[in-house]
Amino acid sequence: MESIDWSLINWSRGQFALTAIYHWLFVPLTLGITFIIAIMETIYVKTQDSKWKEITRFWMTLFAINFVIGAATGIIMEFEFGTNWSNYSWFVGDIFGAPLAIEGIMAFFMESTFIVIMIFGWNKVNQKFHLLSTWLVAIGSNLSALWILVANGWMQNPAGMKFNPETMRNEMISFWEVLFNPVAVNKFIHTIMSSYIVAAVFVAGISAWYLLKNRDIIMAKRSIIVASIFGLAASFATILTGDESARAVAKYQPMKLAAMEGLYQGSQNAPLVAIGLFGKPDPEFLNKEEFAMKIEIPNALSYLAFLNPNAFVPGVADLVHGNEKHNIPSYQERIDKGKISIDALAAFKKAKKEGNEAEVQKQLKLFEDNFEHFGYGYYFGKDPHMLVPNVKLSFYSFHIMVILGGFFILLFSLLVYFMYKNKLPKMKWLLWTAVWTIPLAWLASEAGWLVAEVGRQPWVIQDLMPNLAAVSRLDASVVQTTFFLFMAIFTVLLIAEIRIMLSKIKEGSQH
Amino acid sequence: MFENLSLLGLQQYWWAIVSLLGALLVFLLFVQGGQTLIYTVAKNESERKVIVNLLGRKWELTFTTLVTFGGAFFASFPLFYSTSFGGAYWVWMAILFAFIVQAVSYEYRTKANNFLGQKTFEIFLVVNGILAPVLLGAAVSTFFTGSMFSVNLENIVLTNPNSLTISSWETPFHGLEAVWTIKNLAFLQNISLGLAVFFLSRVLAVQYFQHQIDNEAIQSRLKKQLSINAILLLVFFLFWFIRLLFLDGFAVNAETKEVFMEANKYFNNLIQMPVVLIIILLGVVGVLWGLFLNLFKKSMNGIFFTGAGTVLTVFGLFLIAGYNNTSFYPSTFDLQSSLTIENASSSKYTLTAMSYVSLLVPFVLAYIVYVWNKMDASKISETELMQDSHTY
Repeated sequence: MESIDWSLINWSRGQFALTAIYHWLFVPLTLGITFIIAIMETIYVKTQDSKWKEITRFWMTLFAINFVIGAATGIIMEFEFGTNWSNYSWFVGDIFGAPLAIEGIMAFFMESTFIVIMIFGWNKVNQKFHLLSTWLVAIGSNLSALWILVANGWMQNPAGMKFNPETMRNEMISFWEVLFNPVAVNKFIHTIMSSYIVAAVFVAGISAWYLLKNRDIIMAKRSIIVASIFGLAASFATILTGDESARAVAKYQPMKLAAMEGLYQGSQNAPLVAIGLFGKPDPEFLNKEEFAMKIEIPNALSYLAFLNPNAFVPGVADLVHGNEKHNIPSYQERIDKGKISIDALAAFKKAKKEGNEAEVQKQLKLFEDNFEHFGYGYYFGKDPHMLVPNVKLSFYSFHIMVILGGFFILLFSLLVYFMYKNKLPKMKWLLWTAVWTIPLAWLASEAGWLVAEVGRQPWVIQDLMPNLAAVSRLDASVVQTTFFLFMAIFTVLLIAEIRIMLSKIKEGSQH
Repeated sequence: MFENLSLLGLQQYWWAIVSLLGALLVFLLFVQGGQTLIYTVAKNESERKVIVNLLGRKWELTFTTLVTFGGAFFASFPLFYSTSFGGAYWVWMAILFAFIVQAVSYEYRTKANNFLGQKTFEIFLVVNGILAPVLLGAAVSTFFTGSMFSVNLENIVLTNPNSLTISSWETPFHGLEAVWTIKNLAFLQNISLGLAVFFLSRVLAVQYFQHQIDNEAIQSRLKKQLSINAILLLVFFLFWFIRLLFLDGFAVNAETKEVFMEANKYFNNLIQMPVVLIIILLGVVGVLWGLFLNLFKKSMNGIFFTGAGTVLTVFGLFLIAGYNNTSFYPSTFDLQSSLTIENASSSKYTLTAMSYVSLLVPFVLAYIVYVWNKMDASKISETELMQDSHTY
């Protein structure tokens, strides 16, 4: 174990996490606000009310400020698979590269071509073509989300592929299984819907500020109506897909579910921890729960995970130590089988070179019989607890996301209700709440990704490739240097973006 | 349709697609070339605004083409992605940093409260304008001069976690050594192509400006810039190209797949692939004719010929790097680690599936051209920008 360069692995993980977190500060707003803008422009084209054009152009200005920094941070993500995870790039590049290429061809060009018309083309093309361009930017940005989430979904639940021992990599055998991977489909819808919530909170919050300042009143009222209805609809879709996602996690990533719920000891009729606080670390790790306080909903976790209140939900301890009664192998067993698989692959290659066909067939069978445990083999001789993700971070992220999701529904409902009653401008407390909810929307969105990514550690590809086998061989100091360079430049650009955005908001729609 | 192609046929098809994307990317680097001219051909803020706004409506296309070029390379030749990006780490990181600062600079340059000030964002544009073409050009030159890496796919089954890496860069400089590798004077070759692409990007920018800008003062400066940059382009490109024809190249034995050095390999490739030779000749003539038009005739349409010529030439150069049993990413550390379109490619299934996706490319090109024409239907001027509510 001493021979592993954990410093390199952790800095590489840190760099990817850093760039992903920064990138995700900008993407959800782009995904959602483009549709809000498209809806507003559609109303303008239908009604020919110039106020709607003014409103559309105002939000478009804020969108443009956000969009460019999303592009700046996004380019890093694609290339980091190669720069920092070079083994990964070969091991699954045959499957993973395709969605990235399709994203470029199908989505990025659509986005980057029509955004020029959207921003600069008001006087160069007719109204309908401009409107079409705005919709195509919205569709293009969401299509790019589709393909990258197909790629991410595949990492969480590798489907539609087979390992080819000749080329020493996984190869695609069904494009449709990759595309319609249940994890990917859920992940895509859940992610874009939750991003629509972020955009809706952003538009509603800024509009609320205008109402509080008693300026840009018409724009503020109209924007709140569009954003709140849009946000409310997106919230319900987020709940539905979140529910589906939980079942997919229970099925394909049980350790992630256990971490999300802080479930150390599995049980039937497992309760759902609605609110919980961890206490001091348990010295007898995994043998008893760590909560200092918690409020539970009986049977809810079993139902959420398996649609059956009596179902058994495995906890961290069941997965690490195994549970014979429920037919769950221990991690040590899986590590041993993974090692057999890795060794068989090495023996297969050796026999192949020697021309020993009988041995080739024998080793191939051994390899294939144990392949589902392949990735565990890299932990041979190591503590199986290393395969447990950060439970507290997963748990808190998950619960922050869910609690805030519920809060957003309440906020949108109140905004719609009081707007309908024409009382909203007087509801100062609600307007201030809407303003201060803006950062919470980002918090919820980032928390969602923390659940998805921290909860699956150490797997880069679930059960097949841990991060220690995926990393590029660089000096840790090299990655440290680029980590801090990225941190510095993204922070500076983020400050610039926020300052420009605040300036434009202060100017309002008349400028 | 694509199912009937052999694996080699698909690999060749995808090398052509990657080559085309690379060629289009080099053409679109005119945006970068233009960025290096914002203080040269524009002498006041009003003129600079014209230049920046003209380029600002195109930068995303270059950016997107780079991203798609990367994605297509990943999907079709993942071993290159793994080897080059993970190995020549500093070169690719420098390119990425150059594009990060570019992406925000147009939008943020003149915005109030932009934190860094207008000048800083303009410097970002200049930095991107210099680094991107020079580094991309030098990186592509290593397709012909080689790099110091080794590849062993079987490392993935080693038990020592520190030896798991299948592609290892064998110098601590991670790609930077390309500009000081003395062996075979590789550094001269790499630097030359970097500078050739840099001056090409400026030539293209100047010609694009000549075609699109309605401003006499700028136009008079453009003519001078075209002469200077055209001469430098020809010097560096011809040096690089003529020397390339006499270099020992990285050939692949068609039977054994063994990589070996072959004298005048790239010259031989041109002779053995006359279609590619014609493509390159047409490209070079196109560039020269485009330059001639704008330098010696009153025409401002040289960009069409220089642009098309650039795409054809670069396309042809990529083809001689990868076709005709040639290693497109050779290793000077271990010849047998060199990457070829056969050993670095995705599987037949993936290449077939992606080939169907590639049928979208003509549609994408069509709408790009349509939108480009709409936006560039009239020349840009200071007056137009004063009337426009969203400017950079």
